Amino acid sequence: MVEVPPQTCCGQPAFNSGDRRTARDLALQMIEAFERFDYVVVPSGSCGGMIAKHYPELFEDDPGLSVRAQKLAAKTFELVSFLTDVLGIMQVEAKHAGTCTYHDSCSGLRELGIKRQPRQLLGSVEGLEMVELKDSEVCCGFGGTFAVKYGPISDQIVTEKATNVNATGAKTLLAGDLGCLLNIAGKLSRMGSEVEVRHVAEVLADMTDRPAIGKMGAST
Amino acid sequence: MSVHPTSHSFKDNASRAIADGSVPRALKNVRQNFIDKRVKAVDALPEFEALRESAREIKNHTLAHLDLYLERYEQKVKDSGGHVHFAVDSAEARNIVLDICRKVGARTVTKGKSMISEEIGLNGHLEAAGIVPVETDLGEYIIQLRGETPSHIIAPAVHLTKDQIEKDFRRVHTQLDPNRDLTEKRSLLTEARTMLREKFLAADVGITGANFLIAETGSSVIVTNEGNGDLTQILPRVHIVIASIEKVVPTLEDVSQILRVLARSATGQEMSVYTTFSTGPRRATDVDGPEEYHVVLLDNGRSAMLGTEFQDMLRCIRCAACMNHCPVYHQIGGHAYGWIYPGPMGSVLTPSLIGVDKAGHLPNASTFCGRCESVCPMKIPLPKMMRHWREREFERNLNPAVARYGLGFWAFFAKKPWLYNLSTRVAAKAMKLMGRNKGRFQSLPGLGAWTQYRDFAVPEGETFQAQWKKRAGK
Ligand code: SF4
Repeated sequence: MVEVPPQTCCGQPAFNSGDRRTARDLALQMIEAFERFDYVVVPSGSCGGMIAKHYPELFEDDPGLSVRAQKLAAKTFELVSFLTDVLGIMQVEAKHAGTCTYHDSCSGLRELGIKRQPRQLLGSVEGLEMVELKDSEVCCGFGGTFAVKYGPISDQIVTEKATNVNATGAKTLLAGDLGCLLNIAGKLSRMGSEVEVRHVAEVLADMTDRPAIGKMGAST
Repeated sequence: MSVHPTSHSFKDNASRAIADGSVPRALKNVRQNFIDKRVKAVDALPEFEALRESAREIKNHTLAHLDLYLERYEQKVKDSGGHVHFAVDSAEARNIVLDICRKVGARTVTKGKSMISEEIGLNGHLEAAGIVPVETDLGEYIIQLRGETPSHIIAPAVHLTKDQIEKDFRRVHTQLDPNRDLTEKRSLLTEARTMLREKFLAADVGITGANFLIAETGSSVIVTNEGNGDLTQILPRVHIVIASIEKVVPTLEDVSQILRVLARSATGQEMSVYTTFSTGPRRATDVDGPEEYHVVLLDNGRSAMLGTEFQDMLRCIRCAACMNHCPVYHQIGGHAYGWIYPGPMGSVLTPSLIGVDKAGHLPNASTFCGRCESVCPMKIPLPKMMRHWREREFERNLNPAVARYGLGFWAFFAKKPWLYNLSTRVAAKAMKLMGRNKGRFQSLPGLGAWTQYRDFAVPEGETFQAQWKKRAGK
């Protein structure tokens, strides 16, 4: 059974801005909302990384809370990793015609070890052809507030990413992190690229009949 | 601190580098090379991970007993006939070196590559006293010709293209045939060597840095690929080693362990071409070596890092893997960081050494992509420590008011699930209405810093939580 309890944010923006107090408050709110479940599944690598890697660190100095944080961390999974690593699903029933390429989001890749799992599942999607993205493991330049605080640098990085995406000739770019998706989609769209950008879950759930990120107005 | 830092104008420095374009272009030519070679070297050594772990342990142990190992090192240097000078800060270190040079009446000083020399601003100090410092590492030689500081800790001139260097050589080496062929990289090296040969012989003092200092033997170790360091320390009458205190390691065995991760991480070599040990002045039975041997040990804020959340940074062996893999460094180059140490290691170290009030941008200008930490041979948690700097800034109210205000505003909502839910739902609907038939915003009030460079996707109109509720209600 799947439940979506009332929730807000995992606190990563506060944590990465140096506001440890707010980060702890929000983390505690999350622990309280989620600790009664067997598994917590998160559709974004960076939020998953926050809970699985940084919550324990956040409560290091508080023995009671640190145990609760560690317990929550141990049962929190990024969506695709949950499907493959926990449920053992190796293929999905979905169709998606055309070539796709995949961006390895930093937190998912380096904090949660997500690399082969999405490729495994995407490989089973009917009609889908994967092309690897050059420098797929390089950051897209989002970095939360970095994208607005250091706009010109962020822009250079995402421009390089978008250029690599275009060069694959793929019709669709997939990733497992919302920040990266918004960032790369925004740049591709500004460059006038035709590549559509989707969360990998949209393809795996066979929901690609809905508009891609930033393409909503175009089809309604 | 001596070299005047411009880290506070990091944003302008970065924008200038981007607008000019020559730095990112030069870096593009080399960065993949560093990255590919490292991967190859690491993949070829199955025990690399284990070595990383043991390198980390060696340094952790040393740092926990730093005073002890420094004492032991000092004693060993003295036993072998050398002198050790402790310098609290840059000014003291510069003066110690100048004093030694003056005492022996030095006019020319050759130098091996040393970041500590850059940190203390040694060249300018010697020049002001009428002594000519000559950089003998090719990269250092080039930037000395240009009056620049290094932009990278192991490849000081990496921000320059070959054409730029050729131009500099033609500008400065006017005594050579103007029609000579300098198209090959090799020919640049050969030309620099020719120019340097007489300097090596004329030098009264040779100054080198140190990759390691060995407590057990009192030796200093340098690794180079050009052999210039050897000539610098063997030919002159006096050899001065300048190094920071955290370079000490207990034993020879420890050094050989760490060396196995150093070159692989730095240049993807198994070993650098030259690994040179020097211990004290020439002994009666030695065929060569200096008559005098001095070591200047610089603190400059490092001992204050011990016992703090920044202690791990002192494990750094200056391999540069972190900057070689940094997406921010790739776009702006090393000079934008505004002081001696660029890239991720600089973003942690610089605030420690010159103050976070002057270098506050550096730990903020990171996407926290984590690639630096993943390649750091010493397993230094660089993003975590940058975050610690952000925490210190936050505590001291050093970050911009707008950012604090925005964060506080957001936190107010995020701490109240019902309100957060409501407001995100309203926002999603409102944005859908505003962006009707567009799919993307090309500008958006309050998000100008985003939409200046990229579009903002119009949300579908309903948050996930609202959609989920609807589905569940069906
Ligand atoms: S921080 Fe790590 S990767 Fe960077 S220079 Fe130091 S040892 Fe090398």
